[in-house]
Amino acid sequence: MTVAASILVEEHSARTRMAPASRIGDKAFEWLTLAMALAVVVLVILIGWQLWQGSSLAIKKFGFHFLTTSTWDPVAEQFGALPFIYGTLVSSLIALLIAVPLSIATAAYLTELAPPWIRQPLVSLIEMLAAIPSVILGLWGIFVMVPWLREYPFPLLKRFLGWTPFFTGPMYGPSMLAGGIIIAIMILPIITSVSREILRSVPDLQREAAYALGATRWEATRIAVLSYAKKGLFGAVILGLGRALGETMAVTMVIGNTPQIAASLFKPGYTLASVIANEFTEATTDIYLQALFEIGLVLLGITILVNLLAQLLLHTITTTSATRAVQ
Amino acid sequence: MEPLKCCRKILTIGLLAGVSATASAQMMINGAGATFPYPIYSKWFDEYAKVDPSVRFNYQSIGSGGGQKQILSQTVDFGASDGPMSDDNLAKAPGKIFHIPTVAGANVVAYNLPGNPSLKLDADTIAGTFLGKINKWNDPKITALNPGVKLPDQEIIVVHRSDGSGTTYIWTDYLSKISPEWKTKVGTNTSVNWPTGIGGKGNEGVSGQIKQTPGALGYVELIYAIQNKMPYAEVKNSAGKFIKPSLESITTAMATAQIPDDFRFSITNAAGSDSYPICGATWLLVYEQQKDPAKGKKLVEFLKWALTKGENMAKDLKYAPLPDSVRDRVLKRVDEIKT
Repeated sequence: MTVAASILVEEHSARTRMAPASRIGDKAFEWLTLAMALAVVVLVILIGWQLWQGSSLAIKKFGFHFLTTSTWDPVAEQFGALPFIYGTLVSSLIALLIAVPLSIATAAYLTELAPPWIRQPLVSLIEMLAAIPSVILGLWGIFVMVPWLREYPFPLLKRFLGWTPFFTGPMYGPSMLAGGIIIAIMILPIITSVSREILRSVPDLQREAAYALGATRWEATRIAVLSYAKKGLFGAVILGLGRALGETMAVTMVIGNTPQIAASLFKPGYTLASVIANEFTEATTDIYLQALFEIGLVLLGITILVNLLAQLLLHTITTTSATRAVQ
Repeated sequence: MEPLKCCRKILTIGLLAGVSATASAQMMINGAGATFPYPIYSKWFDEYAKVDPSVRFNYQSIGSGGGQKQILSQTVDFGASDGPMSDDNLAKAPGKIFHIPTVAGANVVAYNLPGNPSLKLDADTIAGTFLGKINKWNDPKITALNPGVKLPDQEIIVVHRSDGSGTTYIWTDYLSKISPEWKTKVGTNTSVNWPTGIGGKGNEGVSGQIKQTPGALGYVELIYAIQNKMPYAEVKNSAGKFIKPSLESITTAMATAQIPDDFRFSITNAAGSDSYPICGATWLLVYEQQKDPAKGKKLVEFLKWALTKGENMAKDLKYAPLPDSVRDRVLKRVDEIKT
């Protein structure tokens, strides 16, 4: 007891003795990092402000209707963003539905099960997938993926799930579903890489404890690893979602670029990012350009909103599971 | 120590070279705008560097909208556009802007059918298809134009450009001229509210989509159809003759079209029995009163060269040159530029 106390005292005095020497450096470091962190915040605010400025005319002219109407007619200068908002959300949702289970399963396999000779090549391959430029994926999408989807998976989906409204109507190929799948491919590497790092940081004690209690490999992975890393995995998904919402080039090439709201995922759609990429260079009138700026503002708003909702969801999940654990 | 010294020497020489280069500075003329004529413009600038080494051109193909905007805000010495400027935009200009037509191109109706037969189409069938009213390949209207061709009972999948483009401007200009319904329902612009079809990004996106989708029909620039070996239709012109798109039939269309004095013309659906009906020119935009006399003089010299020697290079790059009658009028306009 006394020994411990004296060590504590010694440590404490050592810290106070050390402090003056490094205070300036510490302060400088603190300010520097603060400035860096603030720079990011300032950047987001500046972008938002610029978009707001750039779209003031359109905001005044269309008001709230911009978000609730579906006509996008540059000739008559009537602009409504609803089909683009719908397309962005639906294509991202499809992407998450496909990419999240795949990514987390891959990450779990890589950290928990894979023998080393498989692990390294697989990790490199996944990271290589992240390095493929968006426009290349888009070209591959047009020439390889879309014809293949139209030939095999789409008819199968129609046959077995045609009774739902999601898989009905003619199959052209370029469609909301094709857009979602290409986004899924693009966000797979980031979710997998981040998830893998998170699973790797789960302490081995967790696993050993589970095995000691007689858990099978699956039980250990599920209870001790995945459950423990839930919060981090959720963060990985949010990172992927952020990319999905803003993904532009590859999506534009396979989604069909038709501003409509249709239940069937075989129908072409359109996203906020795509319409900006498509029409910005040739927008000659002021109100047209302003409407495109407003689309940018809406995209920024949606990204922030979705992130906030995700944070909220995460908060509820972690607090309820914590209370359950206590009970 | 030795390598460091060496480095310093190289650096000094480099610096000196840089200084001397700016001392005998070449004049830099900046332009921006249309993407469609970019290949021929860069060829012209390249060749012109041999004619007059004292002047260099910097052209950014940022799109016609950007070209118009930049010439209006006077951030470039010349703009370029695939469509003429609107009255509204011209009214915003601080001075008078001249439209200088340079070359022309055509839109072809490309398709993907089993066996790829050669097809004939007319105004009615093209407008009907793009309005979504004709949606089967074996529609009586199409089969009537193509006796002897066996057309399948297959859905027509319309493919159009999703990005704003001069190509779309020409296409919708043509449809507005031949179909009153299109004119009131959709109209003419670089991008429109399409009644039907799927959108592909760029000429490459549309031609990719057509090649990959059985039953597809869409419009692309002539050169893309030639390069991609896609079949394209003969189109009935206003004189009632079916014309296969070619550089000659585009130039003929320009020669027979009504061309107003300000050169803001449209050559779609031109008169003349040998004119291909779906084509359009591209323009350079310059101020009548040049701000910088030295630059203005060089720009005028270049324009004259481009409209004479430059025009001869057009065909190699699959652009249609201006007919002589139009060229002479344009050259007179170039002479009116005040420096």
